[in-house]
Amino acid sequence: MEARRKLSFKRAIRENGVPIMFFILCGLGVLASGKPLSFLLQEAIGRMARNSFIVLSLVVPIVAGLGLNFAIVLGAMAGQAGLIAVAAAKIKGLPGLFTAVVVAFPLALLLGWAAGSIMNRAKGREMIAGMILGFFMNGVYMLVFLFGAGTVLPIKDPRMILPQGYGLRNTVDLQVVKWSLDNLLKVRVGPISLPLATFAVTALLSMGILKLFSTKLGQDMRAAGQDIRIAEVAGIKVDRTRMVAMLLSTVLGAIGQILFLQNIGTLNVYDSHGQTGTFAIAALLVGGATVTKATVGQALLGTFMFHLLFIVSPYAGQNLLGSAMVGEYFRAFVAYAVIAFSLALHSLQRSKMAVRR
Amino acid sequence: MSLRERVLKTVSELGLPRLTVILFLIGLFILGAVQGVSVADLLSNSIGRFAMNAMLTLSMVPAIQCGIGPNFGLPVGIIAGLLGLVISMEFGLTGFTGLFAAAVLGILLGAVFGVLYGHLLNRVKGQEMMVGTYVGFAVVSGMCMFWLLMPFRNPRLIWTLGGEGLRVTISLSDFFSNVLDNFLAIRAGVFKFPTGLVLCVLAVAILYRIFEYTRLGTAMDLAGQNEQFARAAGINVERMRVTGTAMSTAMGALGIVLYAQSYGFVQLYTAPLMMAFPAVAAILIGGATPRAAGISNAIVGTFLFQTLLAITVPVTQSVIGGDISEIIRLIVSNGMVLYALTRGHGGGNNGS
Repeated sequence: MEARRKLSFKRAIRENGVPIMFFILCGLGVLASGKPLSFLLQEAIGRMARNSFIVLSLVVPIVAGLGLNFAIVLGAMAGQAGLIAVAAAKIKGLPGLFTAVVVAFPLALLLGWAAGSIMNRAKGREMIAGMILGFFMNGVYMLVFLFGAGTVLPIKDPRMILPQGYGLRNTVDLQVVKWSLDNLLKVRVGPISLPLATFAVTALLSMGILKLFSTKLGQDMRAAGQDIRIAEVAGIKVDRTRMVAMLLSTVLGAIGQILFLQNIGTLNVYDSHGQTGTFAIAALLVGGATVTKATVGQALLGTFMFHLLFIVSPYAGQNLLGSAMVGEYFRAFVAYAVIAFSLALHSLQRSKMAVRR
Repeated sequence: MSLRERVLKTVSELGLPRLTVILFLIGLFILGAVQGVSVADLLSNSIGRFAMNAMLTLSMVPAIQCGIGPNFGLPVGIIAGLLGLVISMEFGLTGFTGLFAAAVLGILLGAVFGVLYGHLLNRVKGQEMMVGTYVGFAVVSGMCMFWLLMPFRNPRLIWTLGGEGLRVTISLSDFFSNVLDNFLAIRAGVFKFPTGLVLCVLAVAILYRIFEYTRLGTAMDLAGQNEQFARAAGINVERMRVTGTAMSTAMGALGIVLYAQSYGFVQLYTAPLMMAFPAVAAILIGGATPRAAGISNAIVGTFLFQTLLAITVPVTQSVIGGDISEIIRLIVSNGMVLYALTRGHGGGNNGS
């Protein structure tokens, strides 16, 4: 009995190794940063509000067996296209935000369909295919906005278009929709202000995802995620289920990027989406998710810890090593290393299981 | 065989994307000639870029042959080469001595890193590409801290202000930029043929070709092609995979030394992050698959890919007055990799 409890304790540590390690890392970072806790908490809450949605959008494809959705960048691109349209048409406030979602929606469906088709053709290699697809579509995205804007797309505003008459400038000001959701319902608790409307949207999504997994479709996704062959034998249309998961994830990713950018307030046309995938995936993994298992709770916990580390690492770098740059490099390193570690761990466990079989 | 059949056969053998690249290339050459872009300039440019990148693409060959698939972890090798470069420069070595020291040090470090990396890849069979990519990313970003914190002292390498940390780009003009390019170089007006560099690449290619005929070379190829069969033939598959990875990583290290020598600058920090992708794309354009590759694939692929990039810049500049080469690079290289990944068979070694 005693030995058994010890074993399960050991197992619990091993299975939650990443979040525990990160918790310690965050704690050390907070101490080394020398910043007051209220400041850090305010920053972390702000980042929670703007990042949780996109991290949550990664949960569905994992459950459906598509692994970490590196093609989430496609959703981000669709979201940015929506915001660019709104900035060009100067639709202010919440209607603007809503319009951005409406414009992004069909684009996200189209891109999600492309991603889903490619992943159904590259079973077992979905993640690398998704990542390369992201790079590929980045080329198409640049082509559209560097050469299409002002020529094919009717954007005339000289503040958005490059002096040569076509092509979008590097940054687009999103003043029209900035904080339109965040400021809708803001509550101050002591020194900390909470963007309740944004949190409400995130909560809605969380509940929606939980609800989804109790429906027939959600169960089909789980089955397809566990074993494609068995799911097929059970009469589940695996390819279709996977496609639905990708469409859902891409559309949610687009909305997530719109929420993210309405908080930031400026869009780096050619950069903003680049890091989206990496950071969202790293955040999810930090919460304890793996390539095959992810929950809403892990997404939220991961977002909080990952971004807390993001906030403290430049300060900690400054205090410990006299250089904020070290901290900046450190957080990029952490993001990549967490992903590399999780991927390696996943294949390690899979090959062990194969040996046991 | 009728002409139609023959054309169809060629198309299916080349594959649609490869054919598109070739046709696109021919189209650009014609467009360039019509627009009056200097052909000598174009050729010189494309040969220069070919020589600069060839070794990085060649490093994909042992990786694919030993069964780990295209080496997306190439940055591991590149970091080894960069270490060789900065250490050689720190000691103030110049000319051929400096280049030689950098290359030897880079290759040695690359082999060591490659052995470690190969052992890791043996544990993650089936996911080599994905794990490789992110191990590469992690190593590059981890090394960013190293470049900043290590006690390099040579004033030509470190930031002038503050006197700490290596610069982002370091000029090789005081050390050994172009020494190999200019060795026996043939010049005619704007045209320049970097004989020394091309000879160096060819020498490695020929050496590798000889290696393919040795016992070790054939065993490695067999391990990559059919794991079960190789095991039955008494080949230690894991060891072959480590050997191939180490060779690939060492060649990647040599590749970046030659690249920097030709480019004239050493690029540190985040510069190596994406360098695996053009090399992977080039060898796939050259006709390799994720399971089978040869030296000729690497040579042909690098030539096609780099020529395409070299030509797009001046030609599109003269036609639409904007630089579209970065976009072309992204679309062509990633399109090619995607095509290879979705072709059903191939693509990493499914360990199961």
